[in-house]
Amino acid sequence: MFELDVNGKVYEVGDDVDPATPLLWVLRDTLGLVGTKYGCGVGQCSACMVHLNGSPIQSCQIPAQSATGQRVTTIEGLAGEGGQLTAVQEAWIEEDVPQCGYCQAGQIMNATALLARNPSPTDADIDTAMAANICRCGTYNRIRNAIHNAAARIANPGTPRKGAAS
Amino acid sequence: MSFTEPKSTADVYLPEYLQKLAADAATSPALSRRSFIKITGLAGGGLVIGFSLGTAGTKAWAQSGTEVFVANAYVQVRPDGTVVLFAKNPEVGQGVKTSLPMILAEEMDADWASVRVEQSEIDADRYGPQFAGGSTSIPMNWTTLRRAGAAARAMLVAAAAERLGVPPSELLTDAGFVIHQASNRRIGYGDLAAGAAEMPVPDTESLILKKREDFKLLGRRITGVDNVKIVTGQPLFGIDQTLPGMLYASYTKAPAIGASVAAANLEHIKSLPGVRDAFVIEAKGDAIEFNPAAPALLCGVAIVANSTWAAFKAKRELQVTWDEAQASRDSWSAAVADARRLATQDGATTLADKGDVAAAFAAASATVAGVYTYPYISHADLEPQNCTAWFKGDSIEIWAPTQTPQAAVDAVAALLDLPKERVTLRQLRGGGGFGRRLANDSVCEVAAISRRLGAPVKVQWMREDDMAFDYYRPGGFHSFKAAISAGKLTAWQDHFITFTRNGAAPVSAANLSPQEFPANVLGNARLTQSMLGSKVPTGPWRAPGSNAIAFAVQSFLHECAVAANRDHVEFLLEIMGEPRWLEPGNPRVMNTERAAGVIKLAAEKAGWGRPLPRGRGLGLAFHFSHAGHFAEVAEVSVDENRKLTIHQVTVAADIGPIVNLSGAENQCQGSVIDGISTMMGLEITFENGRVEQRNFDRYPILRISQAPRVDVHFVQSDYDPTGCGEPAFPPAAPAVCNAIYAATGRRVRTLPLTREGFSI
Repeated sequence: MFELDVNGKVYEVGDDVDPATPLLWVLRDTLGLVGTKYGCGVGQCSACMVHLNGSPIQSCQIPAQSATGQRVTTIEGLAGEGGQLTAVQEAWIEEDVPQCGYCQAGQIMNATALLARNPSPTDADIDTAMAANICRCGTYNRIRNAIHNAAARIANPGTPRKGAAS
Repeated sequence: MSFTEPKSTADVYLPEYLQKLAADAATSPALSRRSFIKITGLAGGGLVIGFSLGTAGTKAWAQSGTEVFVANAYVQVRPDGTVVLFAKNPEVGQGVKTSLPMILAEEMDADWASVRVEQSEIDADRYGPQFAGGSTSIPMNWTTLRRAGAAARAMLVAAAAERLGVPPSELLTDAGFVIHQASNRRIGYGDLAAGAAEMPVPDTESLILKKREDFKLLGRRITGVDNVKIVTGQPLFGIDQTLPGMLYASYTKAPAIGASVAAANLEHIKSLPGVRDAFVIEAKGDAIEFNPAAPALLCGVAIVANSTWAAFKAKRELQVTWDEAQASRDSWSAAVADARRLATQDGATTLADKGDVAAAFAAASATVAGVYTYPYISHADLEPQNCTAWFKGDSIEIWAPTQTPQAAVDAVAALLDLPKERVTLRQLRGGGGFGRRLANDSVCEVAAISRRLGAPVKVQWMREDDMAFDYYRPGGFHSFKAAISAGKLTAWQDHFITFTRNGAAPVSAANLSPQEFPANVLGNARLTQSMLGSKVPTGPWRAPGSNAIAFAVQSFLHECAVAANRDHVEFLLEIMGEPRWLEPGNPRVMNTERAAGVIKLAAEKAGWGRPLPRGRGLGLAFHFSHAGHFAEVAEVSVDENRKLTIHQVTVAADIGPIVNLSGAENQCQGSVIDGISTMMGLEITFENGRVEQRNFDRYPILRISQAPRVDVHFVQSDYDPTGCGEPAFPPAAPAVCNAIYAATGRRVRTLPLTREGFSI
């Protein structure tokens, strides 16, 4: 038995779960938080990216029990009370980033952490931080645009999402 | 703009299975222009009126006596004004869950903000063929969906006319309202729902479809309908499916295709924590042939556990002795050596022989020759293959992220010997498709496992399984010769070396069309073919055929332009010749006017001809596939260590009018980046029948830091719209390789570029 603090809620993980199970699979199969995705299992693609105490980590690479006593945030935990989306989530929708969408939870978690430590990243800053994440569909142009869009939203809170028309 | 019946989708690079679907749709009795009405009692006491929409085997249904106006299989209007639109085809990232409903919404003048899109059921009687392949969703459904939307609109207008006491001809519709301008009255669609359900279903032929200039929604940028779920991590994909009491399975197959289990440590596996069962499944079907409606079940070991991780962890301890008597011994390095030897000879068979090639070579002022090589590649969908099923004794329910859901039902019915009506399939979003999810092999695996257990189970492939057990894009070799005379290309010769399993025909997606450009536009051309034996499974991979042939053809054409001392743009335009549609009326056949249009546009937008610093060059490539005309220009720098910087790729595309500008642009940008990713470092190699790459460490998908800016320009021509999931891919690699030549004078003839010492 061990405890996990995920998105501000404390879960007790039962004895039927091997404490060495990667955090990814405890999130998905035990806690039912399936927004975090499995892509490679070897720390190559970052589809499984979550925050540990605010820092981006690959959840396929750490044993779940090692997160005990720390704050885990997943894609499900970003939006505020009442489903208020974050600037990054709003930007992702406005720029219409996803194609298949499978990698985007990991991309958004990494971008969110990037903007938390660097509110106005350059293209080079984005390259350095986001090179951890594979997008098989190749949405990189839009990921870049969305991060700049989110940075502008953070600088000017309350920016409404643009309508559907271009 | 012409509004014509969907044309034949015949395309030699479409996999056989998709060709059959397209033909089925084209020959369906419902394609006839004759409409009919039938009245059927409904269990709930209501009335169902069905009528033919006149195309593609679809019918529409109107239903009275309920609170929802069910206009037809695609459109429902609720009293609160919500318009529910059904998306019929699988969504794997190509955007059809958004773009197909947009077509409905346009014709019915729905307010997009009031639209809710739902994935439809699998039902061939109501929806016709349902699949995601060949970039066919838009062209095959364009007319049907427009009519379905227009039929709903006509019934809403009829209801409003009755209520307002005015003739329908005095009424307009806009954004979810029927409007009578003369009396300044308007009624919302929700208020009209009950009345519309009582209105007669209009005759398909009487429906007046909008003119293009009246489109309000089509051509705009519409964000994907699942985007909120994606950015908040809600369950959506195949892998996200859960069921009460669901078990988790891994499935371990032999490292060499065709091997079977001789012995395995099943008792040890069953003793491991969390493991419920472990058993061998015997092979069934053809291990190599690509057939979505009857995929092979490969022999292997299923491990069933109480979590994905328990199943994966036990898989690591699994020890199997494989019987490899029937297994593949294929070797890529041996194939390359054989091909190099064959490349110096003439081909074994002749695919096309036009004009007098020998005479053209005899009269040539210069000849050019080159041998091009490209490897096998894997689809590498980011969501590894998975599927969930629940076998209940005499029926089975399946939750599948498949590109061919109707074929999956056929496959499972045959595998389990069940009537098709006892197989229910729910289509879920796929985390990437690219052709991999056409195959349904994981669907059959989970069906077999669930039958054995009689319990709900999800089979989950590890990344290593996904990369080692694919229907790969086949590798291939082109040995070209060309004749140049007076600065013109006067003859073209291609000896294509490909793979066969039976000696009779190439393996899936390994064929060369006798009409392949530029043989289709030149007077003198000769295409020949030789085949090497192979047991490696192959199948369609985004833009089958084209995805590899374009690299070879468009690079060698540039070699010809250089040898002729001609500007590449002028040279290509000259090859196109007179403006003409090579088979008038068939959108799957090239139109040289549209080809020239995109070549000129790409050159103009990319600043073709401007001076560039040393070590920097522009490269051009054109390719026609999947009814799309595409030209792309890459701007590339190469340093002394052969490190590339791809500054920008400019895309010019003609796929007719754009349905969703955001989605189409996204497909083009992604296709170009996929093309560069594949060109740069991706290859599947095999020795002794074993695939050597197992994960992304040896299959390096392009990263954001390596990806160029991609600018997209659409020629919104007056032809009917066609698909965009594939045709932007093929020109990307040759455009970059031609730019490398422009920058360095070094010609790339082998992919991936890492094989030639390049990095990015």
